[in-house]
Amino acid sequence: MNAMRRAWESDLSYSFRHSPITVLAAFMVIVLFAGAILAPLIAPYSPFDPATLNLMNGFTPPMTPNTFTGETFWLGTDDQGRDMFSAILYGMRISLFVGFAAVLLALVLGVVAGLVAGYAGGWVDTIIMRIADVQLTFPSILVAMLIFGIAKGLTPPDMRDQMAIWVLIVSIGLSDWVQFARVVRGATLVERNREYVQAARLIGRSRSAIMFRHVLPNVTSPVLVIATIGLALAIIAEATLSFLGVGAPPTQPSLGTLIRIGQGYLFSGEWWILFFPAVTLLVLALSVNLLGDWLREALNPRLR
Amino acid sequence: MLAFVIRRVFQSLIVLLVVGLVAFSLFRFVGDPVENMLGQERTQQDIDRLRTQLGLDQPFPVQYWRFLKNAAEGNFGVSYRQGRPVTDLLIERAPATLELAFVSGVFALVGGIALGIYTAIRKSGWLAQFVMTASLIGVSLPTFLIGILLIWIFAVELGWLPSFGRGETVAIGWWTTGFLTASGLKALILPSITLGLYQMTLIMRLVRSEMLEVLRQDYIRFARARGLSERAVNFGHALKNTLVPVITVTGLQLGSIIAFAIITETVFQWPGVGLLFINAVQFVDIPVMAAYLMLISFMFVAINLIVDLLYVAIDPRLRVDRAAAAK
Repeated sequence: MNAMRRAWESDLSYSFRHSPITVLAAFMVIVLFAGAILAPLIAPYSPFDPATLNLMNGFTPPMTPNTFTGETFWLGTDDQGRDMFSAILYGMRISLFVGFAAVLLALVLGVVAGLVAGYAGGWVDTIIMRIADVQLTFPSILVAMLIFGIAKGLTPPDMRDQMAIWVLIVSIGLSDWVQFARVVRGATLVERNREYVQAARLIGRSRSAIMFRHVLPNVTSPVLVIATIGLALAIIAEATLSFLGVGAPPTQPSLGTLIRIGQGYLFSGEWWILFFPAVTLLVLALSVNLLGDWLREALNPRLR
Repeated sequence: MLAFVIRRVFQSLIVLLVVGLVAFSLFRFVGDPVENMLGQERTQQDIDRLRTQLGLDQPFPVQYWRFLKNAAEGNFGVSYRQGRPVTDLLIERAPATLELAFVSGVFALVGGIALGIYTAIRKSGWLAQFVMTASLIGVSLPTFLIGILLIWIFAVELGWLPSFGRGETVAIGWWTTGFLTASGLKALILPSITLGLYQMTLIMRLVRSEMLEVLRQDYIRFARARGLSERAVNFGHALKNTLVPVITVTGLQLGSIIAFAIITETVFQWPGVGLLFINAVQFVDIPVMAAYLMLISFMFVAINLIVDLLYVAIDPRLRVDRAAAAK
């Protein structure tokens, strides 16, 4: 009870409650995340089970009964008679899974690299930060494309569709670690000379214990901010790659793949196949972005 | 100053060598080149002959050196998928990408500076406020959705502009240009806006904040006190001092325009280098990927180097700092 009360009265909670747009963004994020996680329970159809598909239902506009079967679909159906609402729920699941996994990979890599570079210094620092600088010269989406191409070449051809999701995670994760590394290194350089670190060294704690048990907890708040904004970027990167045809395969379509499929029907008037996945992606990315912006301002006392 | 220049050039060369090593490893270790080039019916002799011919029996450093030499001479081997020399493919596709990048760069620069000045001078006007809000939404829109949105409005609903391709092109030597025909110019509009919009908002926000910063300074107040016209103050005095950072950012953004051209070219089926690259990634066409990687990193490194050197040349305050930092 006391803990809850303290949480409610904290600065973070205060700034959250007094920013209506942040509350709205958080609400959207919760709704969309819940939809993605509960997709198997909520979705009225199982969109990727060929047995449940009826080709006669193809191209049914939203909210109107199909001329042949009389069935109605909230958001219409695509060319194969798949319910768009279910396809979006499942697509969002893949988009979010890739986004979270990629950010987690980037976070672990970047935090370890940043801690080691900042704490060890010397030539280790030089090598890590040089690699980071070189990678930063190239836009991360380009790096992700390259890693995707290489990984695709390394996987055996008959495994490529199954591996695509994991390849996607690795390519986005590896293209995004630099942000984490730079911030953690900067914070570590400051923390390294604090008294508590000297004290820990004096009582003979090992280097890795000092880095991960003592310094790490003190550099978490910038990491949290970058991770939130990174999630929005990773979701967009995933959608872009899938849209370009170098991401999630048509057998496991993410939001980007759905948009790619929908673009083909823009000229023949079936706008809903494109429109609803696109709006979902936009709302998702924008809400996560807004949360990240709020977190950055709330956690940084200098900006108040 | 000279030490700084030499150091920067040296660093750039090392970056290029590392990228070359990555490209070469791609070539050598991702898939077996012999496997990719020979068909199903091959004998051991064919394999051995091609292995010697490609120099794959030589030690690693020799092969790497040979790869670098070939790359420097513009020889990147033969595309697995199209069976044509990669260099020919790149030369054929380059004009489309360069024309697109040029037009969207000009669009971003002119539009960005004009809007930046406007929003800075009319800071609290409703149009300036609207532009600022719209730019926030524009930044969070993914590039490919902007492209699709533009196609939807201007090609599908209004039918004013074409949605794909370059239109009619005119060949001048090996260069094909879309600037000389009406359909070529029309085809350029939507892709250039798609590609340039993000850069435009970036430049606009930069110019605006720099302008606001400069307008607050004393010499502007004195210029007003001297009775100079509003136009002379804004454009003659304030604008000039905002342009140094704009030049840097524009230079650095040039590289990302080329990279983001991949997305725009896919949306509009624009027959440029980016579309070639994305098709190469889809079909694991290693020579094309390696060549694109080398080409684009050369451009990036060159642009970065030039911007860095220009910056030092333009702004004397940086000379001492940078030279000291480089040591």
